[in-house]
Amino acid sequence: MGKENGKVVVLDFWASPYAMRTKIALREKGVEFEIQEEDLWNKSELLLKSNPVHKKVPVLIHESKPISESLVQVQYIDETWTDTASLLPSDPQARATARFWSDFADKTISFEGGKKIWGNKKGEEQEKGKKEFLESLKILETELGDKTYFGGETFGYVDITLVPFYSWFYALEKCGGFSVETACPKIVAWGERCVERNSVAATLPESEKVYQQVLKLRQIFGVA
Amino acid sequence: MTNQVILLDFWPSMFGMRTKIALAEKGVEYEYKETDPWVKTPLLIEMNPVHKKIPVLIHNGKPICESLIQIEYIDEVWSDTYPILPSDPYEKSQARFWGEFIDRKFYDPSWKVWGTKGEEQVAARKELIEHFKTLETELGDKPYYGGEVFGFVDIALIGYYSWFKAMEKFGEFSIEKEAPKLIEWTKRCIVRESVIKAMADPDNIIQYACVFRKSLGVE
Repeated sequence: MGKENGKVVVLDFWASPYAMRTKIALREKGVEFEIQEEDLWNKSELLLKSNPVHKKVPVLIHESKPISESLVQVQYIDETWTDTASLLPSDPQARATARFWSDFADKTISFEGGKKIWGNKKGEEQEKGKKEFLESLKILETELGDKTYFGGETFGYVDITLVPFYSWFYALEKCGGFSVETACPKIVAWGERCVERNSVAATLPESEKVYQQVLKLRQIFGVA
Repeated sequence: MTNQVILLDFWPSMFGMRTKIALAEKGVEYEYKETDPWVKTPLLIEMNPVHKKIPVLIHNGKPICESLIQIEYIDEVWSDTYPILPSDPYEKSQARFWGEFIDRKFYDPSWKVWGTKGEEQVAARKELIEHFKTLETELGDKPYYGGEVFGFVDIALIGYYSWFKAMEKFGEFSIEKEAPKLIEWTKRCIVRESVIKAMADPDNIIQYACVFRKSLGVE
């Protein structure tokens, strides 16, 4: 019983879609936590010590014990704070399906995938990036179907995996010259439903703010 | 109620070896179907339409894809025997972290070290050696990654053992020299019945890699 009351800290970066997953999960569970905002160009000693293998955010520190990798953190949160709704289904087959789609979303709708769009000038490489991004999003849209959330009526693991990237859509659209809504209207509608949830609304930054951040990144990486 | 388990797998796959080991550790009987992932059979496409890859675990007609997901599934369904993952959420998180590390960081250079040439291969060897050392440090003085117990991370990594000889031959390096404790760990693992049955002969893997290298234009 005592463990759920231990101190929770998230080593964070406001624009990181991966850190957003962890914060959403904590908020869904009603867990109080402290945020330590990191400067990714000048990482703190705590970050380097807590995640020596990857040196990346987010890191979840619970009772001084660090956990790295956002999806590992979300599962840990689900398994530690059990008095509120589960983020994963209880049936093993349904859990395996949720893990599969989370894994697919994680591999295909990613920072690196987005970088192929914003990190390239208009041209072949960017077109390739857009094509891959939209193809994967369409597969996810088919899986979503007419369900409220990926898990059905309950907001869960797959939704948490993907929804942070909803805040990045605008930036990708502006850089890549395309519309996510035109290509995947059901995904956009799903995103809109998700941001009505307190946990998501409190976590996702404004799309314009993310876009400004992406413009900064473009300057740093020398993209026109 | 029937408990029908089928595994679609390809003999050289380090991923399929994981699933075979997990099933064997749990004493689960299953039907093995050799499936060449380059020949997209109707069954493979039906059971893994998204990736069309092996291994696919089919339990009572329903498919489960991705080897680490399969191990968790097997652990949850056949929960009355031999736990593969620890029950403590923190210990579990650490096991999952290393499973992710193996799949996201270790895998890429592990095939590039035999499947590429020139600068790309040199970079892959350097990265792979770093990862071997990282994995050795994580093991520390424990008999297994699971501590006293052969567990999730052990199963995730030992599947690569059949490929070590090929990595060393084409990558021109010695894993024992770079990570001797890791080799000690493999010796503990490969006496387990489940691992013996799942492993492919390293010399057959070398032959397979040779053919693959030719098709990749590396040889």
